[in-house]
Parts: sequence; C-alpha cells; structure tokens
Amino acid sequence: MAHIALPDGLPGIRGPMAFRPETAKPLNELAEVLLRSENSLIRGERELIATYVSYLNDCFFCQNAHGGIAQHYLQCDLTFIQNVKSNFAEADISEKLKALLSIAASVQKGGKNVTSDQVEKAKSLGATDLEIHDTVLISAAFCMFNRYVDGLGTPAPSDISFYVNRGKQRAEEGYANYNPYH
Amino acid sequence: MAYIAVPEGVPGIRSLALFRPETGKPLYDLAQVLLRGPSPLTPAERELIAAHVSALNNCTFCMSSHAAAARELFGEEREIVDCVIGNNPSGFMSDKLKALLHIAGKVQQSGKHVMSEDIEEARKFGADDRDIHDTVLIAATFSMFNRYVDGLATLTPDDPKEYEPMGKRLASMGYLSPQNPKP
Repeated sequence: MAHIALPDGLPGIRGPMAFRPETAKPLNELAEVLLRSENSLIRGERELIATYVSYLNDCFFCQNAHGGIAQHYLQCDLTFIQNVKSNFAEADISEKLKALLSIAASVQKGGKNVTSDQVEKAKSLGATDLEIHDTVLISAAFCMFNRYVDGLGTPAPSDISFYVNRGKQRAEEGYANYNPYH
Repeated sequence: MAYIAVPEGVPGIRSLALFRPETGKPLYDLAQVLLRGPSPLTPAERELIAAHVSALNNCTFCMSSHAAAARELFGEEREIVDCVIGNNPSGFMSDKLKALLHIAGKVQQSGKHVMSEDIEEARKFGADDRDIHDTVLIAATFSMFNRYVDGLATLTPDDPKEYEPMGKRLASMGYLSPQNPKP
C-alpha cells in the first residue's frame, strides 16, 4: 500500500506521475534530455549510470526499470548489469565510464563527496565537461526519483522479468510523452 | 573553481542552467510548479521545506537562497525560518508543518525511511494526500539540486547578505530559467 491514494495498478513512479501530471511533465522532460537526447555518452551508458545510482539507493523499481532499458540498448544480459552493480571496476566497460560511475557514486553519497582528483581522472580518460555535467546530474536526478518512488511507498513488481520485458517499449517510447497508464 | 567551465562569477544553480540550458529549462519549470504552483501548502511553507532539506544536505548555496526566499514570503513570521534551519522549535509553527518537515527529513536520508507512522502523524494534524505528495517531492527534488550544485563545486557566496536580493527575486518573480546574453 502506498502512503497516499494513487491510481490502482500503476507500479513505481507511474502512480505519482498519474497523481500529479503537472510535476510529471518537467520530470519527464528532464529524463528525456538527460537519458535520450543527442549526447557523446550513448543511451545505454546513461541508463547504466541511472541503474547504478538507483541500486546504491536500494530503489528496487528504478534499478530494475532502468536496468531493463540499459539491457535493451546495450544488448547485454542481466548478468552484465549485475556485474556493474556489484563491482563496476571489474566489469567489461570502458575506463572512462568507470571514472564517470565513480563520480556518480560520490554524488549519491552527497555532492561534496566529489573530488577534483575524480574529475581530473575522468578528464584524463577523455571525459568532456558536458559528460561530467550530465553524469553528476543523472546521479542527482536519480537521488530524486528514487526518493520520490520509495518515499511515497509505491508498489513494485518483484519479478525482474517484468522490467526486462518492458525495457524495449520504454526505450522506443521515450520519456517526453510518458503515459503512466501505458 | 567549479569542476567544469561554467560562466564565471555566476553562483550555484544559475551557472549550471547557463552551461546546459536544455536541462536548466525543465529544472526551473519543476521548481516553479512545485514551489509556486497550486498546492495546499503556501509558497512560504514550501520554501521552508526546501531550505530545511538543503540545510540537512549541508548545501550552503541552496539553503541560503531558499531560506532568504522563505523569509521574504513569511514576512512578519520570518523567525520561523531560522528556527527550522537552526533546528530550534518555533512557536509560529503548526503541528502539521512540523510533521511534514519530519517527513521531509526522512526523505532526505532515504525514501525508504518514511514510515506509515510518520504519515499517520501528519494526517492526524490535517495533512492530506497532496500535502504529503508535495512534501515528499520537494524533499526529493532538493536532494537532487543540492547534489547537483555541490557535486560540480559551483560558486557559493560566503556573505549572507548576497542571498537577500536572491530571496527577494525568488519571492516576487519565482523560478525563471536564466538566459545567456544574446551575442
């Protein structure tokens, strides 16, 4: 049971977004720019950052929903996603993405945890200012989305295949015109 | 020095909105609807929740600017703002607002920390679903803004006086995305 009366049958963020469309609109516009718009970080990498931060925040709905989307974009299996969550340093991803994930993890703890050494390291591996900006904002934004979803006590299906199966649809439909009832 | 090349001399979130207007627009739109749009909570109460969460996150820029906005909006009851960010009880504060600030403090730690007892307590003092929704989303949103502003080490003025005109502007004009000067 969610903490407030949300429309029935809508798991995770879909309930609060249906409850208050006026705030859903800028939230989805933000997600669209951050996760889908033209960027030197591919969509799969950005969804992976979102997945990892949601995992650190222990938000079951968000980590699996975005993990499912990342799986679709990266054409990888669930084991790959789980490896990134449990130890990204050993995962089969670029050194630049590892440096960005380390920045995202510091942001998750608190903005002041990001150090200039971390930023310099990412830059030395080829990260641009825009990529660093977007990494920080994706991490910060998921610290918001995760708190919104869990702070209202929204329900989340426990079967992970639910999320994996929806990944393709969400990737194709995007966030800009997100319909919480669909 | 900020970690990325944002416009010089521009503080906090404004420098980031100028660096990346594509994300600045929805962020300012979100702040406007959440803090100024229709809500059972007054703009002053909503700014107070924002300042409270920013104080808990130790984000000087956001705490100072939203506390300044809240002081403007509370007017004669402005004392409440310093009580809340200084963690002192205030005679001006309703039991309902205390219960909502408590929920906001839980959200600041983690969404999972909000318990049904916290919600029941707020309802006992008259909070409805919209009060609770808006409180949770404001606390979540400032958990984002605080991390964004500090995570990129943006310029944070030290002098409290510098925040007074920001508070006046936010109180009278709300949240308008800053524009780069036309070339």
